[in-house]
Parts: sequence; structure tokens; C-alpha cells
Amino acid sequence: MSTTFLTDEHRKLGFGNYVTCLNGILWREALRFLHQRERFVSALVRPLVWLFIFAAGFRQVLGISIIPPYETYILYEVYIAPGLIAMIQLFNGMQSSLSMVYDREMGNMRTLLVSPLPRWFLLICKLLAGTVVSLLQVYAFLLIAWFWDIAPPLIGYLTVLPALILSGLMLGSLGMLISSRIKQLENFAGVMNFVIFPMFFASSALYPLWRVQEGSPMLYYLCLFNPFTHAVELIRFALYDKVNWVSLAVVAGCTAVFTIGAIIAYDPGRGFARRAPAGGET
Amino acid sequence: MTTIDTSRPEQLAHDAPEPIDAPAITPALSVAGISHCYGRRQALSDVSFNVAPASFTALLGLNGAGKSTLIALITRLFGIQTGRISVFGHDISDAPSDALRLLGVVFQPRTLDLDLSVMQNLLYHAALQGIARREARLRGEEVIARIGLADRVNSRVRDLSGGQMRRLEIARALLHRPRLLLLDEATVGLDVQARADILAHVRMLVAEQGIGVLWATHLFDEITASDDLVVLHHGHVLARGSVTQILKETGAPNFDMAFRGMTEAADRRGRSS
Repeated sequence: MSTTFLTDEHRKLGFGNYVTCLNGILWREALRFLHQRERFVSALVRPLVWLFIFAAGFRQVLGISIIPPYETYILYEVYIAPGLIAMIQLFNGMQSSLSMVYDREMGNMRTLLVSPLPRWFLLICKLLAGTVVSLLQVYAFLLIAWFWDIAPPLIGYLTVLPALILSGLMLGSLGMLISSRIKQLENFAGVMNFVIFPMFFASSALYPLWRVQEGSPMLYYLCLFNPFTHAVELIRFALYDKVNWVSLAVVAGCTAVFTIGAIIAYDPGRGFARRAPAGGET
Repeated sequence: MTTIDTSRPEQLAHDAPEPIDAPAITPALSVAGISHCYGRRQALSDVSFNVAPASFTALLGLNGAGKSTLIALITRLFGIQTGRISVFGHDISDAPSDALRLLGVVFQPRTLDLDLSVMQNLLYHAALQGIARREARLRGEEVIARIGLADRVNSRVRDLSGGQMRRLEIARALLHRPRLLLLDEATVGLDVQARADILAHVRMLVAEQGIGVLWATHLFDEITASDDLVVLHHGHVLARGSVTQILKETGAPNFDMAFRGMTEAADRRGRSS
């Protein structure tokens, strides 16, 4: 085939082009985050309300015995802090997917999807960008929590970072997978209720699993198979410079499964591509 | 070469795609035997045509003809169910990266980020194309000056008029220097002057930069006698060729009547079958 019309502009994409694209998507998500200050505030207020009000109220009711990774008796606030961190990431993951549904409805998503870079790469860039935004929120929460006497060892602030990245990717990819199946923005509210709340409450975020087992063995198994439980435990252990290997394996495995699912769902020949254009365009 | 069949559109299903322009040159766009369904609804049926480099081809059809579906297939937003599409010889399914790099698109709905500035929108698009930041900024300044928005570089896009947004979208689609430009109802919702300006700008791109253009529209007054034309109706290609040739072969005094004649005949056949 003749390609005489083509110039150097159209040479094969190299590593530098991929890095440029990743930077661009990270930059755009950061700008969007800065433009939505209320999103940042609400992302912080939610866990802080749990911490300052709920945990303070339940401190006397829900005593926590010594369980790993803790080596002494702890306050209830200390126990639920990792769960609240994971909650920040869960909401952020769903918020990112909500923005993808919004972008798709408004048409902005097309700009991303007609990029010459592979679609799997673009989706992973979006995931990474969402995770970076969630990290900012988590560290802001940890800073405020520190003034509330929730002070893990200093090294914990560093060792928790890989756990946060992994859990952020898992929850982000779950949100992305869900967003691929949502046809209209309005439907997303229902999904939030059916995903976020069950995931959060049926986990070890608010109470240790042994307590759940005492109350309801069935709920215990539900919590045990909930990937969010393992995200919470991964973060909890990492905050104290320890590794929960089972949780690490579950979170890594779920991240891989959800990411591959999202990539397949956004493949033009499969999920994303099947629907008629919006707004009566044909 | 013109292909019109007002009596047996199904015959088109067996036609090989014919280049409208010089067949020796690789077409800017080749659409061959494309069919597409949404569930049981057939949106496109065996659509075939070519767009030559440095040519203006109008894809004319009423609302619901299948224009946006076709654009979505060309840009790989949808997966191809039947047929093949290639851009300068690069198959969109087998070599999407090579094909998409040569393609600039202006979609029917606005796809600008309203909360970003004019320049930020261009920089984001450039990043998605893998264009380094410094180069992107240079190109951005160049295209912004060309579309007359130099004084609005840092304005938020939501503060621009409809016509300015469309010009910005066209400039953005050209930022990575594509060789083929697709515009889907690019003038919808604009006033007469803005429509004329945009159309003149796109025709200038064809004449001066040798870009192939596929201009999807339902407005007859956007088509000139020298344009190549593909008439799409209920997912079928009713005619393809130059406007002059189509008028000659249909014997209609003007294109409005030629279009009505073709579509009404197709509708009658549809009802009777």
C-alpha cells in the first residue's frame, strides 16, 4: 500500500509517547480534582464524621481485644481508621467511574477512546490517575487523624503507600468495570447503593471478623469473601509495617481480574461498543 | 465514478467499493461492505465507499440514516461486525493505532472539557496523541492563532460561543496533523455565519493542506457541485459520486429533487417488500 502522503508525524509510537500520554491523563485528573474542591472536602468529611462521631460514640460499646497487627489494646478509633481509609478509596473509585459515565454521556470519553494508543493502556492510565487522587485524600485524612491520636509508627506512613496503591487500583478497576455496564448517569446512584454500602458494611472495616463470626457465621463468610475486607486488612497491616499475605494475594488477584474485565468491557467489539449512540444519533 | 441505483439498492451490497477519485492512490478512507446492528435493528447495511486524499466528500443523510454509527465505526468507538474499514491502507481493526494516528475527528456532541481552558484542552488532546508537552504548546499556539482565538488562550471553554467551540474542536482534531478529517454534523446548532465560516475553513484545509475530509451532514446547502457525495438512507448507500454526476444520472433539475426522488423510491420499496 502506498503511504506517500505520510510524514515523520506518523511514525510508530514509542515509549516516550506512552509516558507523555500517562502524564497528560494524570495532569488532567489533577486539574479536574483541583476544580472540584467540594469533592475533596466531601471525601474528607465522610470518614471524619465516622471517626469523630460514630467511633467516639461506639468506643465504649465495641471494645477491641489485642488482634494482629496491634500489639496492645487499642481504641476503637484506631481500629476503624484503616477501614475509613479504604472507604475513601472506595468512594473515590466509584467517583472516578461516575465521571467516566458522565464523560461518556457528555461525549468527552470519545476524545480518550480515539487516541492511537492502545485502549488497555488508556484505561490503566485513567486507573492510575484515579489512584493518585485517592492517595492525596488518604494522606490528608491521616494528617487530620494524627491530631486525633491515631498515630501509627512513622514508618507506617511509608509502608502503607504500596498497599494504598494496590487497593486504590482494585477499587478503581471495580468502579471502571461497573461503569462500563451503566447506560445512563441516573442508574449509577442505584449501583452506589448496591455496591458501596454492602461492600463497606459487610467487611472488617467497622468490626473485627471474629466478632462478626460470633454474631452470624453466614455474615462472617460473606465478609471473608468480600475483597473490600482484604483491602482494609492490607492497609491495616501495612500501616504497622507488616504484610497480610492472604489479603495481598486477594487484592492483587481481584485487581487483575477487575482490570482485565474493564479492558474487555471497554473493547469496541464487546461491552462498550454494542450500544446505539446517545441523543438519537444514528 | 458514480454509482446510483434507485431501483435495486440491494445490488450495492455486491459492489466492490469504488474509489471516487484516482484509483491508483491509496484511499484516505476505504469503507467496504459495512453492516451494523443494534440488537435486531439494522443501522447500516453493506455500506461501501472511498474518500480520496485531498478531497471533500459529503456523507449526506437524514437524521437516523446511520451517519453517526458509521463515524463511530470508523473511529473504532464501535467494533466492526461485518466489513472492513481502512485509513490510508491501515485496517482499523487490525492496525488501529496506525489508522487512528492519521485520523482527526469532530464528533456531533461537543467533546471539549468545559472546565479546562482553550490551551489546556489542546494540551490534553496532544498528550493523548503522545505529543510531547513543548511541541504540543507550540502547535497549540499556532492553531489557536489560526482560528482567531489567540486572545482567549486561557479562557475556560465554557465561556466560548458555540461557533468558537466548534472551531476549537476542529483545531484540536488537526493538532496531531492527521491526513483524514471526519466531521459529524459539525455545524449543528450554529448560526448562518458561523456555519459558513467553519465550512470555508474545512474546505481551505482540503485545498491548502491536502487533507481528505468526510463531512457528515443532513443540510443540502453545505454541499457544492464539485463535492464528492455519498447518500445514506436508512443505513443503505443510495448513491455515490460527484454532485454533478448524480444530477446528470437522475435527471433531476437540482440536488434537492434528486435526493427526494432517491429516498422516496427507496421508502416505497421498503414498504412494499
